[in-house]
Amino acid sequence: MADVQDFHHALKFKSDLCIGCAHCTGVCPTGAIHVEDGHPQLDPNRCVDCGRCYQSCPVNAIYIEQDDFQTVYDCKYPVLLLPSIFIAQFEEKIKEKTILSALYHIGFKHVFEVEKSVDFIKEEMLKTVHENNGFKPIISTFCPAIVRLIQVKFPVLVPNLYLSKPPLDLTALYIRKLLTEEDGIPAEDIGIFYVTPCAAKIAAIKSPATDEKSPVSEVINMNFLYSKVMRVIKQGEYQLCEDSRTRYHRLSKASVNYTLTGGEIGLLKEGRNLAIDGIHNVSEFLEKLEDEDIQDIDFLELRACDESCAGGILCANNRFLMAERQRKRMQKSPDEVDAEDNDLLNYTDYLAQHKRVLGKVEPRSMDKMDDNLTVAMQKMRKAFEINQNLPQVDCRICGYQSCKALSEAVVNGKAEVEQCIFVQRALEHSEKLTLLDTQRINIKIWGSKKNDPSIAKNLNL
Amino acid sequence: MDFTYHVEGGDFTNAGSTSSEVKRMLKKLGVSPDIVKRTVVALYEAEVNIVAHAYRGDISVDLQDDKVRIVLADEGPGIPNIDWAMQKGNSTASPKVREMGFGAGMGLPNIKNNSDELNIQSEVGKGTTIEFVNYFTK
Repeated sequence: MADVQDFHHALKFKSDLCIGCAHCTGVCPTGAIHVEDGHPQLDPNRCVDCGRCYQSCPVNAIYIEQDDFQTVYDCKYPVLLLPSIFIAQFEEKIKEKTILSALYHIGFKHVFEVEKSVDFIKEEMLKTVHENNGFKPIISTFCPAIVRLIQVKFPVLVPNLYLSKPPLDLTALYIRKLLTEEDGIPAEDIGIFYVTPCAAKIAAIKSPATDEKSPVSEVINMNFLYSKVMRVIKQGEYQLCEDSRTRYHRLSKASVNYTLTGGEIGLLKEGRNLAIDGIHNVSEFLEKLEDEDIQDIDFLELRACDESCAGGILCANNRFLMAERQRKRMQKSPDEVDAEDNDLLNYTDYLAQHKRVLGKVEPRSMDKMDDNLTVAMQKMRKAFEINQNLPQVDCRICGYQSCKALSEAVVNGKAEVEQCIFVQRALEHSEKLTLLDTQRINIKIWGSKKNDPSIAKNLNL
Repeated sequence: MDFTYHVEGGDFTNAGSTSSEVKRMLKKLGVSPDIVKRTVVALYEAEVNIVAHAYRGDISVDLQDDKVRIVLADEGPGIPNIDWAMQKGNSTASPKVREMGFGAGMGLPNIKNNSDELNIQSEVGKGTTIEFVNYFTK
């Protein structure tokens, strides 16, 4: 098993804005957040960058890091790698061509849509899934939050991961090849700027699941670029671009659909293939799959966000409206495109050589209580005993997601069982704790502001 | 560490809950994924056998430092010929049941394939006891 190290996370907490409501603690699918000193603490080995905490924060105290936009201007040959869902953020009256023109105005030399490589992937996927004699089901690696979720929470399923590169990587490889070979641009001058709808893609680019380096140079957050484009459009600063200038080609129906829920299984022709979106839905299903309760599924398309990438936390518009615009675009798109429409198809040999993910995706179970099995057993027994005496209301007043999480933190020496408010009352009752003791414990969890005695006075009590 | 779970014959909605629980514990112990999988496959198969064929049963799970020992004792019809049932493809299922894809005669062989030690005792008309052990290191 690979050494468990701290993984790169794009989600960051601003403690000055945080009001310590701990909503984030409750929604985390891996229990990666607990509260200390009034603020959330992130366990970097558990976090899968799904962004549910970001959505739950009522005061925007969680933000997504991004590369300095200045790098676009510093780059000699910046090209934009745009997920097609970017277009779907805009109202329909703003045409694709207008959006593209604004992007050129901002300074990009070319705009390529990520899903250009779906027409290539299609054949690969059909072959891999329909001819699969190995582990079943094959699980999609399109969504990096899901890959991480499987690594930390469902290590048994790591061998099921589909080891072909996702469209993002393949299109980036094609762009480099195209620009260096056909346009003669020096490789070092090219900067590929990927526009991300979510934190998970940033994390995957900055610290990939395997040792293989990402072909993407920098990442731009989608909501940030949306605002920039909107401003250019509203101020009418842009010139409508010539079609010939762009390498923005029409995408096939399947390519436009790919990013939405059902987009991957839509490529498959036979067998039992399921599409599941929403990380909690995915967890529920994987739990059953791991239990051997579900069998004979051929392919699983799993996406962390509700409505897939249209529900990405960095999307500027409502996910249902975005999915609607995306579907409308799909209806207008051609069934098939050839190499004339999509010159990526001239590079299929090259892409086929590089399609496989290099290196190994390693399981890195977060559930394990200790590296030493005997110690793990003792800890598990102890945690089990503690948990049996906890109230099971999962109120999170202790700062942890659940009574079970607290009991495990206690045996790992990270928390005291006295953090449980019910235990506190019991101990006060038997005079083993004084009010001052409980005050001290509660301040340690929630900070002094929430434990200020003047609250009573302010409430006229 | 010992745990006991009760299984009701015929309760298909909860079939598999014991193997799920045991899986969670093995993951906490840091047992390697392939051994977790073997254990879950064997236990699931044996658990569903109780649900499908017996009246009721108890599953006891004994977690030790180096292995897990699982005993599934049921009250049920019993297995008349264990050696015969252990052969791949041998099944007492009716053609009707087989038509639906059940009763392929892989149940006991599958438990055997996924356990390190297996001991089956059965008395016709009384019940069956399946005991298997999986070691955490190979």
